Amino acid sequence: MVMADTLPDEKTPRTAIVADGVNVHYGTKQALFDVDLDIKQHQVTALIGPSGCGKSTFLRCINRMNDVIDGCSVEGRILLDGDDIYDRSVDVVQLRARIGMVFQKPNPFPKSIFDNVAYGPRIHGIAEKKADLEEIVHDSLVRAGLWGEVSDRLNEPGTGLSGGQQQRLCIARAIAVRPDVILMDEPCSALDPIATARIEELIDDLRENYTIVIVTHSMQQAARVSQRTAFFHLGNLVEFGSTDAIFTAPKDPRTESYITGRIG
Amino acid sequence: MIYTIALAALAAIWFASWKMGQGQARGIIAGGQRMHSLPSHYGAYTAILAVVPAVLALLIWSIFQPLIIDGMIVSSLPPERQALDDLFLNALINDIRNMAAGNPVRDASDPVIIAAAAELSGWQTTANFMLLALLGGLAVIGLFISRGQVVPEMRARNRVERFVMVLLILSSTIAVITTVGIVMSLLYESIEFFRRVPFYEFLFGLHWSPQTALRADQVGGSGSFGAIPIFMGTLLISTIALCIAAPVGLFSAIYMAEFSSPRARSIIKPLLEILAGVPTVVYGFFAALLVAPLLRDGGAQLGIGIDSESALAAGLVMGVMIIPFVSSLSDDVITAVPRSLREGSYGLGATRAETIRLVIVPAALPGIVGALLLAASRAIGETMIVVMAAGLTANLTANPFEAVTTVTVQIVTLLTGDQEFDTAKTLSAFALGLLLFVVTLALNVMALRIVRKYREKYD
Ligand SMILES: Nc1ncnc2c1ncn2[C@@H]1O[C@H](COP(=O)(O)OP(=O)(O)O)[C@@H](O)[C@H]1O
Ligand SMILES: [Mg+2]
Repeated sequence: MVMADTLPDEKTPRTAIVADGVNVHYGTKQALFDVDLDIKQHQVTALIGPSGCGKSTFLRCINRMNDVIDGCSVEGRILLDGDDIYDRSVDVVQLRARIGMVFQKPNPFPKSIFDNVAYGPRIHGIAEKKADLEEIVHDSLVRAGLWGEVSDRLNEPGTGLSGGQQQRLCIARAIAVRPDVILMDEPCSALDPIATARIEELIDDLRENYTIVIVTHSMQQAARVSQRTAFFHLGNLVEFGSTDAIFTAPKDPRTESYITGRIG
Repeated sequence: MIYTIALAALAAIWFASWKMGQGQARGIIAGGQRMHSLPSHYGAYTAILAVVPAVLALLIWSIFQPLIIDGMIVSSLPPERQALDDLFLNALINDIRNMAAGNPVRDASDPVIIAAAAELSGWQTTANFMLLALLGGLAVIGLFISRGQVVPEMRARNRVERFVMVLLILSSTIAVITTVGIVMSLLYESIEFFRRVPFYEFLFGLHWSPQTALRADQVGGSGSFGAIPIFMGTLLISTIALCIAAPVGLFSAIYMAEFSSPRARSIIKPLLEILAGVPTVVYGFFAALLVAPLLRDGGAQLGIGIDSESALAAGLVMGVMIIPFVSSLSDDVITAVPRSLREGSYGLGATRAETIRLVIVPAALPGIVGALLLAASRAIGETMIVVMAAGLTANLTANPFEAVTTVTVQIVTLLTGDQEFDTAKTLSAFALGLLLFVVTLALNVMALRIVRKYREKYD
């Protein structure tokens, strides 16, 4: 599936998403303060920080999931390929089709495995014919590394799979909509180490074709899967740079305390 | 009167003996010993020993004392009065009782009554004293026994808790026994009925007209007991009711769960539930006096003949009545659909409507079906509205503009007024009741099972 013309250029990767002065309030409580961040195409960007520091909040700004929360207001600009996603002309439905999301707890719909993956293509009218739909489902499951395990039971409920399989099903479900970006909010926090390792491998594979932003509270995970890491603390973006640099030579004392385990 | 005094005395004994046992235990503790249980447990234990046997004795006494005294009165009567048949003998005993209690009596100058009443008063006074003495004696014995038992090693807490458990079991047994009793009596009378009318005729017969000639010279049919027409009537009216309640209830549940603000929901939900609290007789006259005439006149304008007791009127009003059964339960199951499923759907770019249609309603469907079944069983058993607004003649039709009758209406008309309990006509009410019971029970069991299954899924 590697397409030569979209291969990331290691030296100068394109910027996919730019956050520019993002402030978020829940009611009167401010959750994010003036966050500036740019996310490169075909890279994994990890968001780390102590819980409650606003990682999920920032992630949910990128596909406007905060729109469905009462009392949540977002200021500032977030540009996807140069266009402000908070612009009035943007259709949230189309935006979310371009930016897939995987949640902390695997949340397959109580439908068959096939219907779970076909859900997005169906509502977006991506596949006209049944054969096309089957192909999309097949491809997505293959890419999510789940095909071998479920190919003979596509009609069984997705909720009957193991936790790790469910999470890969959710990834397949997101891929099926053909997004450019995949957001993952602590995708492994409900999984055992073996399932976690599989997902991490998968993330590494997916990077070829998708831009990935992952929230994690495990610093080892950030170090293993990401190219760039952003450290959040109390709603502020404290430090942002290449993962190597953050973990070996943090500039901010707060970052250093966090990665050495003193805050968190 | 004597029972009031006895109960008051027992209450006083309860408190006093509680204090005694508690005080005794406290005394032991003050003496430096450790007790197994708290002083209040010993108090409760003492009170139970002192009062419970007395209460049981009181119960038994209250059952047998009247029987024994009646027997004594009868045997003291002159032989020719004793030989009266039951009806007159009972009247006589009543007179004697009334005279003894100082109430006015039909025949106050009858020397037999006067003498017997005097004797009765005497016996009653004796009996009252005996009762109080018995209760007092039992209490003293209980206290005496407990006195020796309030010792450090006695596990008063465990014994008191076992007593409480027995009490709880007894209470629930009463509820169960009552249900069983109701079913048994329904069964018994139904079997009586099926001795007269064959089973298959009742279940599959297409003609219902329960009038039977009481005497050979009376006009009137021999009665036919085919239950199909009236069950069809029930079915027709319930179906109309569900056609109203299912969409309205479901849509308002979806609105409450998915669109309204929490504030609006906290107002709308109780308001809808008030609908369930309106007395059904109010719905009844609403149906009979307002909706039915409106429909009839409206139908006349349009050239449709609508009976003034149409199934439609009763069904519409019943539908309004059961809306809250659908909406309230459905709202609960829809809100129970985890937030993560909604977010998963929104995250894939689904709109609100798509999410509701494709994810939330299917996920909540078992619960919604359960709600609908409960509402249906409520509609089928509903009586007052149909008594007031539906017809009386059994009419095998599926036309909602015609008058039909229902099972509940038939039961009411069969059993109101003076009835003899050995005609097929009266007994048929029990058979109808049994069948209705079986149908609603089946619906309820099915609904509960579905709802329970649904609960397991997300826990
Ligand atoms: N729906 C919400 N309503 C109100 N406050 C919220 C909501 N979600 C998150 N917050 C608050 O915003 C802050 C950041 O939360 P979050 O982004 O979930 O943190 P993280 O994912 O880093 O643990 C927290 O203080 C949290 O209490
Ligand atoms: Mg979070």
